Amino acid sequence: MTGHWEHFEHVADIGIRGIGPTPADAFSQAGLALTALITDPAKVQPRRGVQVKLEEQDLDYLFFDWINAIVYQMSTHHLLFTRFEVKIDGSRLQADLWGEPIDLQRHAPAVEVKGATFTELSVRQEGDQWIAQCVVDV
Amino acid sequence: MQLSRLDKLDDYRWQIPRHGKMRVPGILYASEALLQAMDDKVYEQVCNVATLPGIVEASHAMPDAHWGYGFPIGGVAAFDPGNEGIVSAGGVGFDISCGVRTLHTGLTPADIRGRQKALADALFNRIPAGLGSTGTIRLSNREMTAMLRGGAHWAVEQGYGTGPDLERIEEQGCMAGADPEQVSEQARRRQRDEMGTLGSGNHYLEVQRVAQIFDEELAAAYGIGLDDIKLSIHCGSRGLGHQIGTEFLKRMAKAAQQYGIALPDRELACAPIDSPVGQQYLGAMRAAINCALANRQIITHLTRQVFAELFPGTHLSLLYDVSHNTCKEEIHRVGHEQRRLYVHRKGATRAFGPSHPDLPPALRPHGQPVLIGGTMGTASYILAGGTQEQELAWHSACHGAGRSMSRRRATRLYQGRDIQQRLESRQILVRSPSLRGIAEEAPDAYKDVSEVVLAAERAGLARRVCRLEPMIVIKG
Repeated sequence: MTGHWEHFEHVADIGIRGIGPTPADAFSQAGLALTALITDPAKVQPRRGVQVKLEEQDLDYLFFDWINAIVYQMSTHHLLFTRFEVKIDGSRLQADLWGEPIDLQRHAPAVEVKGATFTELSVRQEGDQWIAQCVVDV
Repeated sequence: MQLSRLDKLDDYRWQIPRHGKMRVPGILYASEALLQAMDDKVYEQVCNVATLPGIVEASHAMPDAHWGYGFPIGGVAAFDPGNEGIVSAGGVGFDISCGVRTLHTGLTPADIRGRQKALADALFNRIPAGLGSTGTIRLSNREMTAMLRGGAHWAVEQGYGTGPDLERIEEQGCMAGADPEQVSEQARRRQRDEMGTLGSGNHYLEVQRVAQIFDEELAAAYGIGLDDIKLSIHCGSRGLGHQIGTEFLKRMAKAAQQYGIALPDRELACAPIDSPVGQQYLGAMRAAINCALANRQIITHLTRQVFAELFPGTHLSLLYDVSHNTCKEEIHRVGHEQRRLYVHRKGATRAFGPSHPDLPPALRPHGQPVLIGGTMGTASYILAGGTQEQELAWHSACHGAGRSMSRRRATRLYQGRDIQQRLESRQILVRSPSLRGIAEEAPDAYKDVSEVVLAAERAGLARRVCRLEPMIVIKG
């Protein structure tokens, strides 16, 4: 999981951005950026894994689906994730997400993410880096 | 926003003249000061909405408008199914039917003061709030379907509340035309243990004191007196609504392309009202409205349990329940005819004026209560819907203060603990699972709600009835 992540400003909500040498790395990093909205990813232990499989031709929409898939897994399993092992093959994405159940005391979750939005949604290459980003609704 | 780009209709109504691909003009309801502080993105988004097929008369923005997704938050637009009108998932938003309900408690500040801490703790313990909190209700698939069809009616049938609650809820507590079949397995799964939960972000439950009355007659008609203790609940359709919102956003973005609808912004994702996707969305969205109504009804029930334990003999009756992220089929006067329109209100409240036939008899002479959520450190307001003579923005009004600062900036500027202590010194008790959540919702991260409601009144959208100040805040 090489690369890094960051947040960017939006008046009502907030943007997540993953940056890495491949689209898969950028997607992984964006996953961390998502967790970081809720809690410090370093406080989350990779104790439980879940798998996500997606298929979508358009890379922007694939990223939208990816972020929503993480939101769905967090919401239905009450998990927070700290490691995202993503493989992208053409229009197919397969990922293993590692994390642990939300501990209200230890994680003190700041917000609940409702879903990804199309605002500032883009997956693009700049130089030798891939950038995957969107604003999320919180 | 640059005022030079607007035509001033009067002090509180400003028009964006039709230009480019706009089919209708834009109308902004705000004071000059609010407009100057308003994001330029609102201008752009009001113009974008005006380009959508079938839009009628104008693309409206309420005084609390700010940059949203596709539609501005505080955006109102009506579409005519007879003229290729569309329905838009982006025009409703992710938290479908997010809304506010206010209850009378019959208590006074003196009753609360000695037990304020006990009440705050009891409410915080009973009402699940924040990420990861779950309710105690688990619905089978069949029960979920009944809930999605019945809304607050279903909740009352299950013992959460009583019959008289229902007439004080929009649609009498049950949104017609819900189609639970259109609610995906994923959406149902997200809702499985979220019934009766508050959520997070700007959602809250507040015990409030009536601090000021603006209109004695209306206040009396609504059962409001100075220094009354009221209780307000702000939350929505939880995971189910969020899931429906995201699923249809993508489906409609693709559908718009198929139907040859040129979208200036992907977030305006929409489909013709009469198309299969349009009808499926309407069915699912109405089911989500029912989910929100049932959710607020269950939270009301939990709240009543707490009050019955701490203040035996109190009865919490419902003043009203309003939703502010919806698309509703309504009859409106257009020129000289009555037309059936699909009114999108995104971060905007329906505000029926006096004599409206959809209001319950007790409220009909006075107009609909419009419940405006403020911030935890300032105030909330109760307004009464428009006037009989004039129908502005399809009977709509503002919904809250509106953010003026991003969450990121708020967390950099404020500490949750400081805010909590500062409010406590003003006898406002805040309970939340997250200090960072409190910082993100800092009162100073919002516009001045008083200015917003004053503009709503001066523009003729609604009339101010009273101002409420919080005593206890449960934040998700």
